[in-house]
Amino acid sequence: MFGMIAELAKGMGITLKHFFQPPVTTQYPEVKRPVRNRFKGRHELKRYDNGLERCIGCSLCAAACPADAIFVEAAENTDDERYSPGERFARVYEINMLRCIFCGYCEDACPTQAIVLEHNYELSFYDRQSAIYTKDMLIVDVPVNGRPTPQVVEPGVFTKAIPMMENPE
Amino acid sequence: MTFGQIALWGLVVGFVMSMVIITGFAYTTLLERKVLARMQARVGPNRAGYIPLPGRGGQEKKLLAGFLQPAADAVKLFFKEDPTPGKADKVVYNIAPMLAVIPAILILAVIPWAGKIPGLVPEQYSYFAIVPGLNVAVLFVLAVTSISVYGVVLAGWASNSKYAVLGGIRASAQMISYELAMSLSVLVPVMIANSMDLGVIVEAQRGGWIVFLQPVAAVIFCIAALAELQRAPFDLLEAEQELSAGFNVEYAGMRFGMFFMAEYMKMVSLSAIAATLFFGGYRGPFVDQVPVLGFVYLFVKIFIGLFLMIWIRATFPRLRYDQLMLFGWKRLLPISVINFMIVAVFIVLAQEGVFAPITRLFGF
Repeated sequence: MFGMIAELAKGMGITLKHFFQPPVTTQYPEVKRPVRNRFKGRHELKRYDNGLERCIGCSLCAAACPADAIFVEAAENTDDERYSPGERFARVYEINMLRCIFCGYCEDACPTQAIVLEHNYELSFYDRQSAIYTKDMLIVDVPVNGRPTPQVVEPGVFTKAIPMMENPE
Repeated sequence: MTFGQIALWGLVVGFVMSMVIITGFAYTTLLERKVLARMQARVGPNRAGYIPLPGRGGQEKKLLAGFLQPAADAVKLFFKEDPTPGKADKVVYNIAPMLAVIPAILILAVIPWAGKIPGLVPEQYSYFAIVPGLNVAVLFVLAVTSISVYGVVLAGWASNSKYAVLGGIRASAQMISYELAMSLSVLVPVMIANSMDLGVIVEAQRGGWIVFLQPVAAVIFCIAALAELQRAPFDLLEAEQELSAGFNVEYAGMRFGMFFMAEYMKMVSLSAIAATLFFGGYRGPFVDQVPVLGFVYLFVKIFIGLFLMIWIRATFPRLRYDQLMLFGWKRLLPISVINFMIVAVFIVLAQEGVFAPITRLFGF
């Protein structure tokens, strides 16, 4: 009888102890917990330091994608209208975020390290159409010293179909 | 004062007190959600309304975050669609929420809120209540708490839903079982004060609260009141895992809100009754000099009662149905009967002067 009451009091004591402890909640929209370095969030299409796009439109990411979420349509670069240092560039680059499983295979497949899964995890949309992220949404801003694409360059500088991994200049 | 003046006074006081209590009910829900959240290491509702305070580093501190949550809840409930099930008994379905709320408010009519405040209380009464001087106040409380089971049972029946009717049947069985123990424990302060008038019971605790004289009765009353309220750990009629929501499963909008309101107002009123019967009611230090302090003391006692109920809800798991019935009939009822008889015998012996040599020995 008294043992039972002691047990009940013990239970009450535990809840009271927790009442005086601060809550563990993170106030999400105001406070965001940092993610791990290797977290795979939304993709970003990277640029070189001079502003040229890394993506050369090779479609290897689309081929590697197990969920068939990536669509790439390539077009030829010219020296008057140069997007990437390679022979071609991605004229259309779309990722369907409803299909994407964030496995990172596209990142592994990319020969120029153009596509990287970064730390943005706030991907929500109201309809299926807005789940398709286009190139404008995925590409990063032009670096400080770079020029926006398309760039006008001198002929004979960019001659390789697949450029060097690091800055070509 | 004439009869008409007293009636008018009662009407005005009743209206004002009802408004106060309905606001209090709204904030009881917020209190419950906040306290429960903190006991579960959460924050609780903190979005609707806050008082901005300048804090360190340019960031403003949010004081009382979420204090408008009851208003937001009320607005939401009023604007929700309120469908009636096709095969429901329309009349009873509509009456049931009112039958649940009205007794919950009615109980508060007889509670003495403060002592004799000059100018606020008619001169023939000795304390402030909506209905002061009711000489069967305890009986009234017991009767009204029993009526409130009709709201629950009829809601369950009229919904024409199996879950609802099971919840309603559970409610009636539970309330009948625990009412016996509750009435018997309520009779103890009645016998000690020798009156059924709650004001007289409060005044009888001038020397000391009845809980010190009769802790058994107080504990039984608190347990039985929890069961009467159908709150955790006795909330079998709304056992989510078994009955989805119990008797109110078919209700939505403000009619659901009224059941909610009934539960929380009964929490307030039964806390007030417990405070009045066992914990000295509005009495406290300096209450004879400043009668208005009675409101404060009773409020504090009600608050402690509410906190205790929420605390119990946060701690204990729900009883099984057979455990509930066994505890009510085989433990609580015999203990309260024996306790009742012991108190009766002691009172008679005291009146016969049997204890006179002992009290003289201790110098009373």
